Amino acid sequence: MAENNTNKPGNNGQAPDPSRRGFLKNSGIAVGGAAGGALLGGLFTNQFGKKDEKKSSAGNDKKTEKRFEEARMFFTRFADFAILEQATERIFPEDKNGPGAIGLGVPYFIDKQLAGPYGNNVKDYRQGPFTNGNGTAADSSLNRGEIIINGLRMMSEESMKRFDTKFDEASEEQQTEILKDFEADKVKIKGISSKSFFKLLRTLTLEGAYCDPLYGGNRNMEGWKMKEYPGSIASYANMIEEKEFIKMDQISLTDYQPK
Amino acid sequence: MAKMLPKTDAVIVGSGWAGGIAAAELSKKGYKVVGLERGKAQVREDFIGSKDELRYDSRKVMFQDLSKETLTIRNTTDEVASPNRSNDTNAINGTDTGGSGVHWNGMVYRWLPTDFEIHSKTVEKYGEKIIPKDMRLQDWGITYDELETYYDKFEKATGISGEPDPLRPGQRSDDYPTPPQKETEIIRTFTKAAKDLGYHPYRIASANLSEGYTNPDGETINGCVYCAFCESFGCDFGAKADPIATVLATASKTGNYELRNNAYAVRVIHENGKATGIKYVDTETGEEFIQPADLVVVSGFVFSNTRLMLLSEIGKPYNPKDETGVIGKSLTAHQRNLTHTRVRGFFDEKKFNRYAGTGALGVTMDDFNVEQLDHNKLDFLHGFCLRTSQRGDRPISNNHVPDGTPSWGPEFKEKSLFYANRRIDVQQQNGALPWRENYMDLDPSYTDIFGDPLLRVTSKFHDQDRNIVKYAHQRGKELLEQMGADYITVPDINEETEFDKTSLSDHTGGGVIMGENPETSAVNNYSQVWEMDNLFVVGASSFPHLSSSNPTATVGALAYRAAEGMIKFLENGGGQLIQNGKEATASTKG
Repeated sequence: MAENNTNKPGNNGQAPDPSRRGFLKNSGIAVGGAAGGALLGGLFTNQFGKKDEKKSSAGNDKKTEKRFEEARMFFTRFADFAILEQATERIFPEDKNGPGAIGLGVPYFIDKQLAGPYGNNVKDYRQGPFTNGNGTAADSSLNRGEIIINGLRMMSEESMKRFDTKFDEASEEQQTEILKDFEADKVKIKGISSKSFFKLLRTLTLEGAYCDPLYGGNRNMEGWKMKEYPGSIASYANMIEEKEFIKMDQISLTDYQPK
Repeated sequence: MAKMLPKTDAVIVGSGWAGGIAAAELSKKGYKVVGLERGKAQVREDFIGSKDELRYDSRKVMFQDLSKETLTIRNTTDEVASPNRSNDTNAINGTDTGGSGVHWNGMVYRWLPTDFEIHSKTVEKYGEKIIPKDMRLQDWGITYDELETYYDKFEKATGISGEPDPLRPGQRSDDYPTPPQKETEIIRTFTKAAKDLGYHPYRIASANLSEGYTNPDGETINGCVYCAFCESFGCDFGAKADPIATVLATASKTGNYELRNNAYAVRVIHENGKATGIKYVDTETGEEFIQPADLVVVSGFVFSNTRLMLLSEIGKPYNPKDETGVIGKSLTAHQRNLTHTRVRGFFDEKKFNRYAGTGALGVTMDDFNVEQLDHNKLDFLHGFCLRTSQRGDRPISNNHVPDGTPSWGPEFKEKSLFYANRRIDVQQQNGALPWRENYMDLDPSYTDIFGDPLLRVTSKFHDQDRNIVKYAHQRGKELLEQMGADYITVPDINEETEFDKTSLSDHTGGGVIMGENPETSAVNNYSQVWEMDNLFVVGASSFPHLSSSNPTATVGALAYRAAEGMIKFLENGGGQLIQNGKEATASTKG
């Protein structure tokens, strides 16, 4: 696809690394001084920028209150969930912009999704024969929950085989290597191609990062804040014609839906 | 044994635009109408507080329940088809009251005069030899001028906000009922670039209205607030013209329309060449019913209409080998993995309010439509529109990055965040033309929950289909260069780009097509079945091909035309409305 690219001379086909300077220059005018200031302040203090030990859902979010809704309703083995945590964090890692998958609650989001209708393919056509095991996740005779379990366990098997260590204890580089091979369809999983498994895992991870927080992901709307996405805003009629970018406070369905 | 219900004047399968328009027009005339809707009941209150991307856009809860019925798909007649199992890939077909008309984006285009006479005009201009071997162009049996009044009627029923296409002077009998929606920086940027290049941009006509509007039937649609939840969503504010807010409300007000939900039509019942009613299953109880009627209207989506005709054994099924039969032929689509691919421009120094918008907020141009191009110099027929729209990006589905960026990991995260609001897309929508072996029939092995065969789609892309999209992409790229995009990604369309489960879209046509005669088409230009006078099959199933823009206005126009035909039929005591290519006079009716 490279030959189709239009790149200005001197760019060598590489997208720029967006710098903080560029970011500030383009971040536009803030709506509500306090909100905008708070957001920029958050960026400067860079509270997520510290490189720490591998995170886990139980881990280092010290000041959070107890989340009663964060217990497993789908995964029975903690070992599987631990693989899920590390895999999703590699897909959507914590960085200077803000939290990664674990910090956003993505593993618990996925656990809840797989326990419900989506994980059980309730609205899908499920009559056999299932002839297309190399198609999408929905073409498999496994349901989505089973696909994720089989895939995660195969990731750990690969990790043991290659590095003699469990996936969740492997280094980030080792974890990434395994995920890349799954994405490239280089690994065999029973009932599903590793590529389709990976695609489902990536989709679920992004859904968990950016869904309304009611689903257990996008904790504290941090996913939306990173993306400068306002959420459930009743009306943009007063600002839609603006030339400059307008940064808005986030609103979730908790505050939007009628009660 | 199905329970026989009391007879009514008309029974209508479906409550989307086609069925809703028929219901409103018939019930206003005093006819008793029963509507059968496979999905559940829904009212505007269901949409309040529905700004939930995961639920509506990712999990697609407003779309067809595939656990009951789906399609099977294959590329060629010698393959075994496999079912499209999930709405992750399926065409987004509505279910529930109002059908797909509830969750549409609201883009409204009139199709071109050339479309309705596509075969004649192509041969007249270029000779028969320009048509590729297996392409089957057909005239529609109606002209643009004849259809204009019905387009106008649909636009007035829905209050459409728009401005005229500068390249189509004299083609409108009246202005749009309301002015265009507000202008955004994305629209200004596209418009300037297009004008700089000598093109003729104009605002996309929108069913998300620029101001409050009351239609001729007295139904009110509110002014849009640009909240960005249109496609896949019902409108939170009653500001998108949909069948619930307009035609179904009008039909209900008459007291002559009864809509039955969870009523899954399984057969058109007929004897001696006359439709006698619809057999349906109440999916809440499992009971079977027959609703008898003088007039039977089938007005579901393309797939439902075609399948109901095939299951009911009305009309001759199309055979792609010897090209006999008509039911199932001329399947066309604006394919999601071809037509609907986009050229994306990324800007390092410009940031747009992409989170705000409406489904049809945008700007389009017709400089490359079938009438503007010289096909002697091109490797495709028909043409395309080029446009940009600001639908309001939602964060789960908006993770676009310049080419060469990984699709996950640190660099992906960084760039998908950075470019989230620094992007303009250019989309082409091109004419989709019919091919001999792109058709629908019944699947030999897979069945629905009632044990009836699923509809099977056989379809393949041809050079024409890929060439037109590749050409359009290059024009889109030039526009983005003119806008000053720093990086432009052009989708890779190559020989391996093929029709698959992701191809079918909400823009699909054919199967029960209209035309000039019963040998080559299933219905006349009133959507009346040639060989069964009291059966009308209405909707995109009647399109002999798809033009280079969105189909809903043409569905609406043909439905108003069909409703007029139904009323003529009932008032004049039956008969074919078109005889020997002409409107039947009262005396010639059989």
